[in-house]
Amino acid sequence: MKRIFMVTAASLMVILAACQSEPASIATPSGGSGASTGALPSDAAAVAQERGLTPDDIYAAVKTYTPSGKTDPFIMIASGGQSGQVLVIGVPSMRILKVIGVFTPESWQGYGFGGSGNKILAEGKINGKDVLWGDTHHPALSETDASYDGQFAFINDKANARVAVIDLRDFSTKQIVKNPNAINDHGGSFVTPNTEYVVEGPQYATPIGWKYAPLDQYKDQYRGLISFWSFDRTKGRIDTSKSFQIELPPYWQDLCDAGKKVSDGWVFCNSFNTELATGGVESGNPPFEAGTTKNDTDYLHIINWKKAEQVVKAGKVEQINGIAVIRLQTAIDEGLLFFSPEPKSPHGADVTPGGEFIVVGGKLDPHVTIYSFDKIQKAILAGGFSKDAYGVPVISLDKSMEAQVELGLGPLHTVYDDKGYAYTSLFLDSAVARWTLGGPYADKHPEKPWTLVQKLPVQYNIGHISAVEGDTATPGGQFVVALNKWSIDRFANIGPLMPQNFQLVDISKSGDQMKVLYDMPVGMAEPHYAQIIKAERLKPFQVYPQVGWDAETMAVDPKAITSEAQAHIERNGNKVEVFMSVIRSHYSPEQVKVKKGDHVIWHLTNLERTPDATHGFAISAYNINLSLEPGKTETVEFDADQAGTYTYYCTEFCSALHLEMIGYFLVEP
Amino acid sequence: MKSLLSNLDSDVKVLLPDGSAHRLIDYLLPSTLLMLAALLLMISVFLPYWRFRLYAPQYPAGLAVNVYVNHFEGDMREIDELNHYLGMPVLDAGGRLERSISVISIVVLGLLLIAGVFVHNRWAALLALPAIAFPLIFIADLYLILNEYGHSIDPASALGGAIKPFTPPLMGLGTIGQFSSFSSFQPGFFLALAAVGVVLVSLWFHRAAYKPLADARKGMRAAGAGGRIVPPVQGKAG
Repeated sequence: MKRIFMVTAASLMVILAACQSEPASIATPSGGSGASTGALPSDAAAVAQERGLTPDDIYAAVKTYTPSGKTDPFIMIASGGQSGQVLVIGVPSMRILKVIGVFTPESWQGYGFGGSGNKILAEGKINGKDVLWGDTHHPALSETDASYDGQFAFINDKANARVAVIDLRDFSTKQIVKNPNAINDHGGSFVTPNTEYVVEGPQYATPIGWKYAPLDQYKDQYRGLISFWSFDRTKGRIDTSKSFQIELPPYWQDLCDAGKKVSDGWVFCNSFNTELATGGVESGNPPFEAGTTKNDTDYLHIINWKKAEQVVKAGKVEQINGIAVIRLQTAIDEGLLFFSPEPKSPHGADVTPGGEFIVVGGKLDPHVTIYSFDKIQKAILAGGFSKDAYGVPVISLDKSMEAQVELGLGPLHTVYDDKGYAYTSLFLDSAVARWTLGGPYADKHPEKPWTLVQKLPVQYNIGHISAVEGDTATPGGQFVVALNKWSIDRFANIGPLMPQNFQLVDISKSGDQMKVLYDMPVGMAEPHYAQIIKAERLKPFQVYPQVGWDAETMAVDPKAITSEAQAHIERNGNKVEVFMSVIRSHYSPEQVKVKKGDHVIWHLTNLERTPDATHGFAISAYNINLSLEPGKTETVEFDADQAGTYTYYCTEFCSALHLEMIGYFLVEP
Repeated sequence: MKSLLSNLDSDVKVLLPDGSAHRLIDYLLPSTLLMLAALLLMISVFLPYWRFRLYAPQYPAGLAVNVYVNHFEGDMREIDELNHYLGMPVLDAGGRLERSISVISIVVLGLLLIAGVFVHNRWAALLALPAIAFPLIFIADLYLILNEYGHSIDPASALGGAIKPFTPPLMGLGTIGQFSSFSSFQPGFFLALAAVGVVLVSLWFHRAAYKPLADARKGMRAAGAGGRIVPPVQGKAG
């Protein structure tokens, strides 16, 4: 009996084994993963010699090279400058992964060429006029408990005072909000620690609502305005009805940062025109560049937004152009606004990871000034302030300052790492300064607190600086990116308009061991700020969750068809509604015939469920091009005002029969 | 198993008409095994029987379909999408009838096995025959479905002229265009096979148990008892 059992069991095992032995070469076609830790192979050494690479170069190459099939551990969300776009870049490979259309139409994504992108771009109209570019400045990733949560990104348009919302589930723009009371901005976007508000700070003062007022009324009529855009996370939209603004003196507020942890509830902004300069070099006045730099100090703005929220709830606001505005006098009376002097043409206001300190660069002063939140609070409690010309209480520098560190010429922006170091961009010195924090950070690094450790030359004219999660409560260390304005000789000469230079810096070793690793040319605009997030925090869709997905509403469009069998055309008078299915390698229907003057509503649904099976849809001469990622639906609406024979075709190379993916659009005269 | 056997009260015996006594376990074992085989079959319904995977450069993770007796799971949508270039029918068209009746059929197979517990002669083997034949029927049917599928290329379709009719392999490697395929039987099928093994073993024990009974009856009949089972006289046995 035992023998029979064993024979049966053994024969089953044999069959099982025979069936399961799938060849490894097929199961993992992308190849092996053998890691070697040996010395440089001789052929690689020969290449290094031939190319004149130093050991430092080889270190940099090995540190940044990302083999095919491996992905970057960090993702940088960078401003796209005048392109009005946002760049998505892998770090440390410094490869551009995507260019997101935000304020500017972007034809690859079909953004602004007939689909829902047109609706979003239309939100950015000013006085009814299309403004189809933007000067994107400071991206802000959404935060939970002062750390990036990977859900949303925000970006402001300095040129037109607009803020946009990007959903990181599909890395596409969902909303543009035009600030109804400001015509330019700068100190945005910054989020409060739980993304309660997206903060948009002002820049060049104008009268509220940019109404006309002569410049000799500058002091009385011109104002700064800081906006707190209330963010509804579930809807993924800014809710203007719950947002508010605070009126500020016309001091040209510049860059802001939200307090976090111990300083949660506060926002800090630097400013640089307490001189109230109004220019007029042509009339013999000092030019702005001189007029705004006359004073030895400007004012760090210290704003209590949690209290401001209560003031708004209590109704102590004026509705101006549809938004609640806390007037300057109310802000002073309610104790929402304080100033403290900051040395010579300051720039940046960057809060340390634990929220204890605010670091302000002195653009024309070799120091960074470090303010203590604790001291500021004590000074506010103690009272007895002097006042500025508008009656705002001023906390004297000796009551708010923790330390000053001399770094070099042109300190601008500061970011942080996990080892108690701060990194400040030095514009004039063209360098990154690494220096030590004091207070609770003093025992994280071997050096003395508040000391310069290393100045690393960068090429050239660094503006902003970005570190891995370097402006959050949980900085990551590893890398810094210097966002250099000039590249001069770093790249092959391609004419007078030269690329910007994003320079990757290794900060993984303590002490004076920072190294430049890689130069990345940015040849499409001049980006400003960037933030770097750990890739694991991002959870984007690979394909849209369901067929018929409307990427604007982030829900299934009830009008979308979900199978080819449902494709059809409805005619109702001069209204023609096309319900089109899109799948490799055909549209259905493939012949659409209308009469000249018909109003055409064209719904398209990509039925694909396979990653990257994206189709395009372009109609010649009608300025229509859509990107239909797997599962996505789009609706184009237009008047067939030109008779003739047109073609529509797939603009995204989708398959071997991509060229055959076309249709005829016949407009009868 | 051994300890289980020793726990059975060895004083409880089965007496045959000829007065010979047999162990209770001899009769419990085939019944238990038949029920076990029925159980294995029932469980197999919830597991995939067969799987095929497709690999191509642009599908680094591959595509896979798990075939259960009553449904498919996996990348049918994408495979259908690819196959439309050949004008091949959708996967769902294959074995529709079989899938619709499979669960009830397997329940019937199981019930027939359990019926074998109550049939104490050679007809029990006949009742078990469908369950024994089931894996073979599955393979044969699958072959027919695959053959039909691979021979349904529509010459009017986009690539219909480029690929010759073929039969996807039941097991192991195959090639279609830029795709490598790999087919394999899956745990559900192995359970059905295991059920066959268990049935065969149970029939062996079934015969071992009930053949003496049949023989005893025959012997008694020949002795003139008219086939009636006569309880042995107490005193005689004691």
